[in-house]
Amino acid sequence: MSRLRVEQTLGFAQLQDGGRFGVRHLGVTQGGALDWVAQHWANWLLGNPLDAGVIEIPLGGLTLRAEADGWLALAGADLGATLDQQPLAPWQAFAIRRDQELRFASPQSGVRGYLAAPGGFQAPAVLGAVATVIRESLGGLQGDGSALKVGDQLSYDTRSVSPRQMPAAAIPDYTAEVRLQLLLGAQSSQFSGASLFALFNQRWTLDQRADRMGMRLTGPALRYQGAPLISEGIPLGAVQVPPDGQPIVLLNDRQTIGGYPRLGALTPGSLARLAQCAPGQALRMQPVTQPQARKAQLALLANWES
Amino acid sequence: MKLRIESVALDSLMLRLFDAIDEANMPWLMAAAERLHGRFGAQLIDLVPSYTTLLLHYDCRQLSEAQACAWVHEALTDLQPQPMAAQGQRHELPVWYHPSVGPDLSRLAQRAGCSTEQVITRHCSRDYPVFTLGFAPGFGYMGLVDPSIAAPRLATPRQRVPQGSVGIAERQTAVYPLPSPGGWNLLGRCPLALFDREREGYSLLKPGDRVRFVAIDRTEFVRLGGDPSPMEADA
Repeated sequence: MSRLRVEQTLGFAQLQDGGRFGVRHLGVTQGGALDWVAQHWANWLLGNPLDAGVIEIPLGGLTLRAEADGWLALAGADLGATLDQQPLAPWQAFAIRRDQELRFASPQSGVRGYLAAPGGFQAPAVLGAVATVIRESLGGLQGDGSALKVGDQLSYDTRSVSPRQMPAAAIPDYTAEVRLQLLLGAQSSQFSGASLFALFNQRWTLDQRADRMGMRLTGPALRYQGAPLISEGIPLGAVQVPPDGQPIVLLNDRQTIGGYPRLGALTPGSLARLAQCAPGQALRMQPVTQPQARKAQLALLANWES
Repeated sequence: MKLRIESVALDSLMLRLFDAIDEANMPWLMAAAERLHGRFGAQLIDLVPSYTTLLLHYDCRQLSEAQACAWVHEALTDLQPQPMAAQGQRHELPVWYHPSVGPDLSRLAQRAGCSTEQVITRHCSRDYPVFTLGFAPGFGYMGLVDPSIAAPRLATPRQRVPQGSVGIAERQTAVYPLPSPGGWNLLGRCPLALFDREREGYSLLKPGDRVRFVAIDRTEFVRLGGDPSPMEADA
C-alpha cells in the first residue's frame, strides 16, 4: 500500500468520484467531480476505471508528502504543481518516491486539478460512492463528508502501472473563449423574448458566488413571465432563474428538488468547462439541440474507449 | 392524470402527471415509478418523484431521447393508481412538543387563536403523505396541515436548526434529519434518526409513505435517544 500524507490544505481539496446514484429520491445529491472530463483523463492515464476516486483540488494550496514509492497522474487545471520544487505539468502520469513533496501552489490556468492514483484513492463507499458531500456529511476518506485535513493519509495501490500518454489534441485550452452550450427546456418559452435574446447575445460573468452546489452568472436581468412553479426534481446543469433575474447553473452538490423557473440545462461537456472558470470569467451561452448534444457527448466518451 | 413529457437535460426527462398539489396524486406517481423502474431497468439512473412530477434520469449512452420517450409511453400506458395495500409504509413519529425545542409553538397558537395544546392536537390529528424528499437527505415534505396552523416561512431563516426539529411552512410539515440552516416554524423535536447511512434503505421516510405525529413527553423523548438541549437564542 502506498500513502500520501496531507501536510497543508486550504480546506477545499476533497475526494470525488463519478457521483452517487440511485438515491436522489431520498434527497441525496449526486456529488462527483465537477470537471468530470479531467477526472476521466486522470484515471485513464493510469488505466483506472474512469470513475475511480480522485482528489479534486480547487485553487491549489495543497501539500502532500509521499510515504512510499508509487505512481500518480494529474489532469485539469495547471495549479503550479511541483514535485520536490521541480515543476510538474498536468496531463501526465508520474512516479513519486518516498519522502518526496507534491505541492499545488495556485491557479496558472483553470481552477480545479485532479490527482489520480492506481485503482483510485481508497475510502469506504457510502451509499455506493466515495464522493465527498460536505453539506450531507457523506463520503470522503472517513465517509463522514469531510474534505481533506492536515494529517490525513491517502492510501492507494502500490501495483506498478503502464502509464499512458495524453493525446495532445485532447488537452483543453482553458484560456480560450468560453461558450457554454445550453439545451433549452420547456419553461424557456415562459421567459420574455428580450430575455432569450439577451441570454444568447450578451456576455455573462461568473460571479464570486460559485461553489459545488451552483455557480451564479451576472448579466442582464432575465424575466420569467409564467406562473409560480411547484417544486420538482432538478437535473445536473439546470440553469435556474430566481426572481432577481440572474441565472444559476446547478451543479453536482445541488439540492435535489427546487421550484425556480429554469431555462434548460448545460451539456455535460460545458459543465466540465465551467468547472475550470474562475469568478470574473466572461462567458457566452449558445443554444444546442438534443441530437447535436448527444452526438458530441458520445464523441467525447469515445476518447476513453480503448 | 394526463402525461406530458418535457426534455430538461441531455439525459433527463420531466414527466408531468398533474398540475396541482394533491394527496390523491401519490398513488399515481408511485405506480408510475414502479412501472418506469420495470421498463428501464439498468438504463434508469435516478427517478425523483415530487408533488406532480417524476424526474427521470436515464443512461444517454444507451438510449436516445426518442427511445427514452417511447419507453415512458410504453411503461405508463393504462396506468392505474397503486392500490391502498401496495402503498408505502405508515410511520408514527414521536414528537416532544415544547417551547424549548419548538420556539415557534406559541406564535402558531396566537396566529390560530387557540392554545398550544390545540396546535399540537391539530398537528397530530391526521396522516400526512410524504410528497417528496429533498433539501437534505431524508427530509420529507409532508402535508397538508390543518389551515389554522399553517404559517409562512420565517422572514430570516435560522442559522442552525437542530437535528430532529419538526416544522411547518405554509401547509407543509417536515422533520430536519440533520442540523442545518432553515426557515420553517418549529413546534418540537423528534428523537428518531430520519437518515442513517448504516441502515438498509438509508431513509426512514420514502416518497408515498404516510406519517402520523404522536405527542410524547420529555422523559419518553430522552428514553428514545433524543437530545433535549434547548434551542440556542438566535444570533
